[in-house]
Amino acid sequence: MASATATGRAGGRGALNSALFYVFLFLFVLVSMFPLIWVFKMSIITRAELFAAPPTILPRNPTGQEYTQIFSDPAFQQALLNSAIISGVTTVICLFFGSIAAYSIARLRFRFKSPVMTLILAISFFPAVAIIAPLFLQYSAVGLIDTYWAAIISDVVFALPITVWLLVAFFRELPKDLEEAAKVDGATTIQAFRKVIVPLAAPGVFTTAILTFIHAWNEFLFATTFLFTPETQPVTVVIPNFASQYTTDYGAQAAAAVVVTVPLVIMVLIFQRRIVSGLTAGAVKG
Amino acid sequence: MTTASTEKKRRGGLLREEFGNPERRTAYYMVLPALLIILVVAFFPILQAVNLSLRQATVAVRGPFVGLENYSEMFQNPDFMEGLTNTLIFTAVSVTLEFFIGLVIALAINRAFRGRGLVRAAVLVPWAFPTVISAVMWRLMFQDQVGIVNYVANAIGLISQPILSDRTLLLVGVILVDVWKTTPFVALLLLAGLQTIPGDVYEAARVDGANVWQRFLRITLPLLYPTILVALLFRTLDAYRVFDLFWALSNRELESLSTFVYEGVRVSQLQFAQGNAASVFIFVTAFLIAIFFIKVLGMQTSTEE
Repeated sequence: MASATATGRAGGRGALNSALFYVFLFLFVLVSMFPLIWVFKMSIITRAELFAAPPTILPRNPTGQEYTQIFSDPAFQQALLNSAIISGVTTVICLFFGSIAAYSIARLRFRFKSPVMTLILAISFFPAVAIIAPLFLQYSAVGLIDTYWAAIISDVVFALPITVWLLVAFFRELPKDLEEAAKVDGATTIQAFRKVIVPLAAPGVFTTAILTFIHAWNEFLFATTFLFTPETQPVTVVIPNFASQYTTDYGAQAAAAVVVTVPLVIMVLIFQRRIVSGLTAGAVKG
Repeated sequence: MTTASTEKKRRGGLLREEFGNPERRTAYYMVLPALLIILVVAFFPILQAVNLSLRQATVAVRGPFVGLENYSEMFQNPDFMEGLTNTLIFTAVSVTLEFFIGLVIALAINRAFRGRGLVRAAVLVPWAFPTVISAVMWRLMFQDQVGIVNYVANAIGLISQPILSDRTLLLVGVILVDVWKTTPFVALLLLAGLQTIPGDVYEAARVDGANVWQRFLRITLPLLYPTILVALLFRTLDAYRVFDLFWALSNRELESLSTFVYEGVRVSQLQFAQGNAASVFIFVTAFLIAIFFIKVLGMQTSTEE
């Protein structure tokens, strides 16, 4: 707030305010990060230390054996691969359909634009759980149950609103002159879109891709409903099951949870600015 | 195709204008795939769910029409009522906490300071985690032999039994985890809203002698209202649909509306028809919540520039 900078100049009280502010920030960051840090600690200590009461604050003899164990578990490797395939393919398909629809909405003129946009956005308020039974029957009828496609198709539909919404926002920011120039030179609408808009919008498309990927990577309901076997199940389905597989091996469960979140944490650290701009693009008109 | 277009020409007017114009036709072709997949995978199934909920359906056969019987049985089913109660408590408490804590955080960090990037990353980390994995992590921390939260809560006399073995404590647990996971997201949305309020509005109010509290009530809140509605609607509907968190944190112990549907449809399959009735119930009530925000609270939904 404007007042904060003003009091900041007022000397002693300002310094105290500023110190309190950083204490507040520190607590906030600590609370946000604590579970990850603590579970990481649980994953690198020995079993004896894990069951120690009172718990140790810092690990006494760090060990990587839990990681060796879960990485040598073929089921876990397969689950990571499944997650990567499902989220990767979902992202590609979603960007393809999403970007052509978004271009049409952002740039072309047609009468039923508002209902079309409302219909797409309505999906973000749609309770996915309400359609798992009919989808289960449909997918069974066409033999898609327990294939990647069952998860991918459902994920695409529920990721589309965010993809379209973000891409519409990004496409609208681009200058109109270039594609108009291309059209004057005889390019069709499709060509103008492919040759002019897509390359220009690359940063926005990339941001959208990150958010779509995270959405698909984190999806659980469809995966657990439609995928039955370790050959197709992603990590979100497999890891909670570790709780019954490695009943009291809490270290292995902790290690598995850490492994799955590390790619996300790295992505967040690198792309935090983009992700924030994408997340808030829709909610705030500025 | 030709007969269709000549017929349209005969009807003339609006449709000819829309589909006769090549640019507009291209526009429709470009939105068509997205619309089709949404209609086939989301809207058609909800109609099918309505149909199934009115029949004595099982996963194998559609069964005879039974009217509203499944619904009346559903409301007499203690599992459903427990799921409904838990979901309502969870939604009301977690969204309220997330909103107030998120607003305080947004107001506090709405200024230039060093380490902004770090704070932003810290905000995003809980949000980016898969919900089930967060649940697994917290479950480990709630665990009675190795869990730090259970240990501390026990040591300071907050709890008298293990967290994971008591349903009330589990409900408190899922609320806390949800607050941990989504408050930062709410704060981020509200912060973006705050940053669109021009500084000179505050400046002018200060010159006119308005104090901090007055400026908050008369300027910040009204100008932030649209953002607040968006944040609340998203959070309310998300909380209302909660599945992952209940399922994984309580290891299938704690019932929510969504877990009731899932169990009926996928696990027991004996209550397939009731599961569909609950599906329709969730869909209709979620729709009513959205309508309430848009019509009653005046949320803007315009997508025009």
